[in-house]
Amino acid sequence: MIRVVDLHKSFGTQRVLRGVNLEFVTGKTTTIVGTSGCGKTVLLKHLNLLLTPDRGEILVDGTDITKLKQKELYEIRSRFGVLFQGAALLDSMTIFDNVAFPLREKTRLNETEIQKKVDDRLEQVGLEGMGYKFPAELSGGMRKRAGLARALVTDPQIVLFDEPTTGLDPILAASIHQLIARTQRTFGFTAVVVSHTIPQVFDISDYVAILANGVIEEIKPSNEFQASKNPIVQQFIRGDTEGPIQVL
Amino acid sequence: MLFLLSQIGRFTLRQLSEMGRIFLFLLSAVGLAFRPPAKLRLVVYHLKTIGVDSLSVVLLSGFFTGMVMGFQFYYSLRKFNAESWLGSAAALSLLRELGPVLSAFMVTGRTGSAMAAELGTMRATEQIDALSSMAINPVKYLVSPRIIASLIAMPLLTAIFDVVGIFGAYIIGVGLLGVSSGSYFAGMDTSVVFQDVYSGFVKSLSFGLIITWVCCYKGFNAPPMATGVSKATTESVVLSFVLVLVWDYFLTSIML
Ligand SMILES: Nc1ncnc2c1ncn2[C@@H]1O[C@H](COP(=O)(O)OP(=O)(O)O)[C@@H](O)[C@H]1O
Ligand SMILES: [Mg+2]
Repeated sequence: MIRVVDLHKSFGTQRVLRGVNLEFVTGKTTTIVGTSGCGKTVLLKHLNLLLTPDRGEILVDGTDITKLKQKELYEIRSRFGVLFQGAALLDSMTIFDNVAFPLREKTRLNETEIQKKVDDRLEQVGLEGMGYKFPAELSGGMRKRAGLARALVTDPQIVLFDEPTTGLDPILAASIHQLIARTQRTFGFTAVVVSHTIPQVFDISDYVAILANGVIEEIKPSNEFQASKNPIVQQFIRGDTEGPIQVL
Repeated sequence: MLFLLSQIGRFTLRQLSEMGRIFLFLLSAVGLAFRPPAKLRLVVYHLKTIGVDSLSVVLLSGFFTGMVMGFQFYYSLRKFNAESWLGSAAALSLLRELGPVLSAFMVTGRTGSAMAAELGTMRATEQIDALSSMAINPVKYLVSPRIIASLIAMPLLTAIFDVVGIFGAYIIGVGLLGVSSGSYFAGMDTSVVFQDVYSGFVKSLSFGLIITWVCCYKGFNAPPMATGVSKATTESVVLSFVLVLVWDYFLTSIML
């Protein structure tokens, strides 16, 4: 289980997170929604300490990872897989090498085992036979799927998805959602998803949380979220420009 | 008045902490370079981008610098009836000064700016975060091999610059202006000592370190957007030039 306690983060004078409290249940999918630029990526990057908090704790199975030494932090990080917003594939290498990269760097598997594992993952995301291409030669949706294959190749216990479907057409978005739900069922990892694609994303989530004004304003099981009476939730779902969330 | 003081104080503090960060960056990059596992494959790859890719521009600029020196030294030396010292004058100024500094400038323009832009883009597209998230130290993976490669490539490029420059001065002095070939090389032979070669070597080594360090630091810490990358690239080139010249002054003053 991951628990975020009273997390604060500012960039210069801009206070992005102002006391976030949130729990991610093991083996479940929790989705974080919120307006663009409200700090969802910043929050996600704190979960494996890609960003260090100004104040607050991040507990992974009871250990406060903000207090760890570099070596212990790296051990914790290898339990995470991350799908970044733009997939963040290393553009100096092929898709195959990208997916194989964490295995080559961090495990003792030999090249045949790596080959098999990478081919498996590429097939699961529908990219079989595309391994020889470079990231720049793929479409946005294919890059996201390759990023997903890389995130899953080390069999992580926790996977973070940063806007996996933003910028994709509805059909591709649905297929990525299905892919996330299917792999989550297969591998049983804890999933944290940041997404704008509502209400579709509710189908694959167990819990939905809304981040606004630097705090988690509401967290509910996904089937109750839409019925929430919280004015912030209602404004977000209806897409009103007037309301408690200040946009401009 | 108080406001002015506090502004000055804040500016100084910001500059000092920036200087602290840039030194820590160098320390960790150099420290990690010597910690196993060594990334030999990456060092070889960057030897190509730093060494081979800068070779043509170093050859060209070395040749033209040498030819210009052929004219200029001939002009000055003739006033003292000392044209026969042309070879010596060209060799000494190339080995001690122009070779290291000008090849450092060429490498900054050709490779240093590309390093800053590449790392800045990797930062903006979250590739550096991706490395960290896979429990890989991005400084060890991205910066350390570049530093080792530049320490190897920079002295070699400088040596090439020197040789081509001396050849360029020879073509002008001997081929065009009629200095005798024998005195060109004899002058060089008597006046160039090991200390001259050594000081040029130390300079080129430290310039290589400065360029990679500054350009990687700027790229690595570029604000994650397109303007951030372009700003980091410009700043890295300017700062490299300035630091190379300042450091050149110090080295020259202690090694002369
Ligand atoms: N490294 C950074 N430096 C400065 N500001 C940042 C940085 N990362 C994020 N921000 C700022 O924090 C705010 C939240 O960003 P982000 O979490 O990316 O939003 P989103 O919810 O769309 O993912 C934005 O205003 C952004 O400009
Ligand atoms: Mg984001």
